[in-house]
Amino acid sequence: MRDVVIIGAGQGGLQAAMSLRQDGFEGTITLIGAEPGLPYQRPPLSKAYLKSGDAGALQLRPESFFESKQITLVEGTWVDSIDREARRVHAADRVFSYDHLILATGTRNLRPPIPGAELALDLRTREDAARLRAALDRPMRCAVIGGGFIGLEFAAVARALGHEVTVAEAAPRLMARAVSPETSARFLAMHRDMGTRVHLGDPVCEVREDGISLASGTRIEADLVLMAAGVIPNTELATAAGLAVDNGVVVDAQLLTTDPAISVLGDCAVFPDPATGRPVRLESVQAATDHARLISKRLTGKADAPYAAVPWFWSDQADCKLQIAGLAGAGDCSVTREDGATFRFAGERLSAVETVNDARTHMQSRKRLAGAPVLRSALEAAGFDMAGV
Amino acid sequence: MVKVTYVAADGTRTEVDAAVGSNVMQTALDNDVDGIVGECGGAMMCATCHCYVDEGWTEATGTRRDGEDDMLDCAADEVKPVSRLSCQIKLTEELDGLVVHLPEEQV
Ligand SMILES: Cc1cc2nc3c(=O)[nH]c(=O)nc-3n(C[C@H](O)[C@H](O)[C@H](O)COP(=O)(O)OP(=O)(O)OC[C@H]3O[C@@H](n4cnc5c(N)ncnc54)[C@H](O)[C@@H]3O)c2cc1C
Ligand code: FES
Repeated sequence: MRDVVIIGAGQGGLQAAMSLRQDGFEGTITLIGAEPGLPYQRPPLSKAYLKSGDAGALQLRPESFFESKQITLVEGTWVDSIDREARRVHAADRVFSYDHLILATGTRNLRPPIPGAELALDLRTREDAARLRAALDRPMRCAVIGGGFIGLEFAAVARALGHEVTVAEAAPRLMARAVSPETSARFLAMHRDMGTRVHLGDPVCEVREDGISLASGTRIEADLVLMAAGVIPNTELATAAGLAVDNGVVVDAQLLTTDPAISVLGDCAVFPDPATGRPVRLESVQAATDHARLISKRLTGKADAPYAAVPWFWSDQADCKLQIAGLAGAGDCSVTREDGATFRFAGERLSAVETVNDARTHMQSRKRLAGAPVLRSALEAAGFDMAGV
Repeated sequence: MVKVTYVAADGTRTEVDAAVGSNVMQTALDNDVDGIVGECGGAMMCATCHCYVDEGWTEATGTRRDGEDDMLDCAADEVKPVSRLSCQIKLTEELDGLVVHLPEEQV
């Protein structure tokens, strides 16, 4: 194999390029990204960067890195199509040939079809964050559409800076897709204590110049409206190329599509969850980088084991660091320990552990979830001490 | 500016100029030093920025921060008394000349 082309120069695409060199790949690596500039990390966009404005700290690797590792970064370039037959990708009038192609196109912000949606700001890219930061320069009334991780992280920062903040969430609880009702309740209390107004179970039906309106008829005055209502995977290239797409580009446990010359990673990949076999799509740095490492090992012939990494995730909201080890299904039940750590179960099997400011339990859980399934009965017998199972 | 020296597992030494206020993880990445991954960007979430502080510098770098022990528990390579998460070592004038050793494995 000589030429690897990676579409998408985000955290996963860059990791794939870095891992290939680390694993001794000697062919060419072309990393094509639509965004201008060097690849950067997104997590601080809704956390440290919003506070500090330190754009330098976002950059993942300096320019010299790309030279020394012989990674050709083609920035500010949108790939239009993939020609699988000829093994080429087209970007305007440029053509790149590949022996292997890695799709790392990530996601983009979801724009619900409500009137005025175009008036709201996004928080996905470095540019988005810079715009928001500039807006927070003077006192603002902020309305956040969506009570997920990004909306709540923004809300916590904006509130701590002294702005008025209202969060409107369509679901009956915060971060409902990702955490237990107990953890949702804990964060709801924390945000309300900070003085943030939170509306639950009340979808936004209109965005106006001067605020938003909720389905219940409630009108919220705001100078700044943030749209944080989720994302959609960038799958158009894959669809047009005839690859299977179902809420993401579908891959097997090797992260390969049905075309053996195309792998997919990160936010845009739907892969079999190692714990259940169920197709899942994750939006996390962990998944993007672990996917990249597996693909690199496979391409360089270093390993061919199926993907088995334990998912983990974090979210910083005010002084609460939420950490999640594992992956819970929507209907998984939960047990909360006295100190607040919440254990989630898919039937008898421990599926995830949610902790706040408790790195010990989080790390114990990550280690333990990598082994044989942990049973509820065993955990109960151990008094919900992860070290005891 | 202060000087920081990274000693790779194979003994290779890389000396770089670092900005006061930055940290040992970020400085390594900014200067193209291999052997530190720093996957979580310094959020103390990943333990892929593990380093061994040179014996002569342990006093100056101070003790581990809250939660650092627990994260180090999951580091890929052997954890020693001088082990630190390099993202948690903030560079000050006092650390001019700092030497850290890097483990073989980070992930
Ligand atoms: C504000 C914010 C906060 C976050 N916080 C956390 C956190 O605390 N913890 C965590 O684990 N995760 C967090 N995430 C999620 C994490 O950043 C993503 O999971 C991760 O970036 C996914 O990496 P990726 O490479 O799959 O996609 P991305 O990093 O999104 O990169 C995809 C890239 O592909 C480019 N692209 C798409 N289509 C094309 C095309 N046709 N041609 C060329 N280029 C194209 C896009 O422009 C983009 O730059 C956060 C995300 C955001 C936005
Ligand atoms: S960079 Fe992740 S813990 Fe230091």
